[in-house]
Amino acid sequence: MEHASFIIGSYVLTFGSIGLYVAWFLRRSRSIDKFLDDKDKPWT
Amino acid sequence: MPGTSTPTGTRATRMLGVVTLAFTVWLVVFGLVVSAEDVVQGSTVRMMYVHVPSIWVAYVAFALTAVVSAVYLSGKNRSLAWDRVAGASAEIGVLFVAISLITGSLWGRLTWGTYWVWDARLTSTAFLFITYIGYLAVRGLGGSFRQRARRSAVLALLAVLEIPLVHFSVVIWRSLHQESTVANSGTDVELDGLMLFTLFLGIVTFTMLFAWMVLHRQRALALQDAVDSHGLDLAIKQRQQEAEVR
Repeated sequence: MEHASFIIGSYVLTFGSIGLYVAWFLRRSRSIDKFLDDKDKPWT
Repeated sequence: MPGTSTPTGTRATRMLGVVTLAFTVWLVVFGLVVSAEDVVQGSTVRMMYVHVPSIWVAYVAFALTAVVSAVYLSGKNRSLAWDRVAGASAEIGVLFVAISLITGSLWGRLTWGTYWVWDARLTSTAFLFITYIGYLAVRGLGGSFRQRARRSAVLALLAVLEIPLVHFSVVIWRSLHQESTVANSGTDVELDGLMLFTLFLGIVTFTMLFAWMVLHRQRALALQDAVDSHGLDLAIKQRQQEAEVR
């Protein structure tokens, strides 16, 4: 594949940045979850 | 991550997460391997399958932010859940605009010979990105949840007016960036069937990814709001737990 570094790099950047963002807010949710009751989570 | 247990997850989000993950793998395989190379651009056309869906999701995200902000301001339902959906959607939209700008810049280097030009489409997209960074900054200002919801809802309704400007910038001004290819009956450009399918797959995959992210993020914001509103009680509880650990 010609220009493979640019092409694969754009996929890595796309899914990598999404993954990092998701990991950041899920980790944050887990860290504050222990201080909350189930009534604070009406979706459960 | 999709499919794992989190405080913001439900059975529905886990199912959506698994399906989205499968679609993402499908998209990567089709985008990088299966789909054909372009007659003019060669293999660089493969960047289209992440670049175009990224800006599509950004448009959807900012439109959703405006719609739920309008619902909140209309007074029919003043639930702060609308505000949290608006905040989550805008935050995800900012991420996808950034991805679109960077992947577009990489694609531009290969096709135009430069990472950046002060072209109408590129400049207006950068302006859109900065506007929503401002929106997120306004959400972070002090005050009550109601104050945050009202001021950010007003801003969301103003900011969304930029989307038509960005989208039609290639028509209004002379632009290096090409006009729409698929959603434009006025062009004689024809896309190969498999390329069109892969592009459509990218749009569907990114839309599902957006839905999954908004569901989780707005619940994460609800948890954060709950912590902020409980305030002192939680601080005491946290200190007690820390003391027990020691």
